Amino acid sequence: MNAARHDPATDRLQFRDPARARELSARLHQLAAEIDAPSVQVMHVCGSHEQAIARFGLRSLLPPKIDVIMGPGCPVCVTAAPEVDEAVALSRQGVWITTYGDMLRVPGTVQSLADAQAAGGRVRVVYSITQAVEWARAHPEDEVVFFASGFETTAVTTAAALLATGDDAPPANFSVLSAHKYIPPAMELVAQMPGSRIDGYLAAGHAATITGWELFEAVVERQGVPVVVAGFEPLDILAALVKVVELIRDGAARVENMYPRCVSRQGNLRAQEQLWRVFTPRSGTWRGIAEIPDGNLRLRDEWAHRDARRRFQIDLGGLWSETLGPDAMPLAEQCLCGDIMTGIASPLDCPLYGKECRPDAPVGACMVSSEGTCKIWHQYGGRPDLSPVALGDSP
Amino acid sequence: MCLGVPGKVLTVEGAVAAVDFFGLQRRIRLDIVDQPVAVGDYVLNHAGYAIRRIPEGEIEETLDLYRILLKAAAEEEGPEDLMAEDVRGEIAAGDSAGETAERKAVPS
Repeated sequence: MNAARHDPATDRLQFRDPARARELSARLHQLAAEIDAPSVQVMHVCGSHEQAIARFGLRSLLPPKIDVIMGPGCPVCVTAAPEVDEAVALSRQGVWITTYGDMLRVPGTVQSLADAQAAGGRVRVVYSITQAVEWARAHPEDEVVFFASGFETTAVTTAAALLATGDDAPPANFSVLSAHKYIPPAMELVAQMPGSRIDGYLAAGHAATITGWELFEAVVERQGVPVVVAGFEPLDILAALVKVVELIRDGAARVENMYPRCVSRQGNLRAQEQLWRVFTPRSGTWRGIAEIPDGNLRLRDEWAHRDARRRFQIDLGGLWSETLGPDAMPLAEQCLCGDIMTGIASPLDCPLYGKECRPDAPVGACMVSSEGTCKIWHQYGGRPDLSPVALGDSP
Repeated sequence: MCLGVPGKVLTVEGAVAAVDFFGLQRRIRLDIVDQPVAVGDYVLNHAGYAIRRIPEGEIEETLDLYRILLKAAAEEEGPEDLMAEDVRGEIAAGDSAGETAERKAVPS
């Protein structure tokens, strides 16, 4: 690797096959030259893709004309404040809230779960729903709620845990507060937002493992742009970018699967069957973005007994009495998280980014989650100014 | 969280498999994976569940990215790498199968 310009991002350009990376980069430059439009915007909707793109400095290999932007691919970030409020209120009512660690510092209207925990609320971090179920078994006298976040890939695990029978069935004191989100309708809505122009999408490989790639045919049909399913290895991402830009150049709106080693047309039918037996899509607000039709996954009526929203009287009133007055959240109003998640703004456009808003003192949810664009860019640098990097050259 | 983590199946008992993730043993559930899983197979784990059995010819390619991430994270100082942290979170999603001491996952 050429070490003439020492930059952390260049140091991270580790490829299994540098020659292949160089080829793909050259191909992207060639394709960009063949496209008349002044710019090409490719959106991906996956925090892990953004992590890999930023960590491995892939933007430094792209021609300036090709812009790869992250859309609403962070499920924690789009969890709405009222959803956090429900969890906060329950934790203060003596109910255990078990949830993924990233959810703790997501701001609610008044408090985050971390605030609630510091004030004596019952909050417990878990890495999986099975650990939440274990917590319920270990505390038979208490009510235990799993505050569930994540897109359909993660919602499948919530569904499987509720469907378990016999000894594996969750105990009677276990229920779910679903903040699960369904990504396909969000891809459609973001494309229609003012100021948005998306020429093509990269779809997240592991989510598509579950849903299958045919799901994206509806997106292609309605938006008239290509969708390419991509893996997470740096070369997988570059190869998928080449494919999507080729399709854009050719005006060919279709789905291409560049991750066949993981993704099939129909996906994992066993998982889908479990998902839809437990969940149903409902309209709901995604933080900073909009009301997304069918964007929230909620428990079906048959699961009312496992649905924390129907099982408990959630006392939100208690929260408002502590509202800190009109000046309580002056910074939050400047937060550009919503525009960043719709691809209209980049973290660098935000006046708070890296200053008042940092991973140790996050203002918005995009700086809280490891899948949030701001936190990812803060660690890795999002758009490295490397100008063409010589890949694989000897020093 | 979208990344998942691959591991090698050590034992299968009903709907639970003991899996080796880069030197850490965890129990994960098999309710979601749509192919039969046997000892010696590699599976992709997400949030405590195997979501896919990795075909034989693709195992090495799949493991490579994780080896890079975990190796770099073990060698580098400074803030924990976000991707490595997510991978460790996915490993921690499994039941620790009786292990008490939490060891740092490093590639073998």
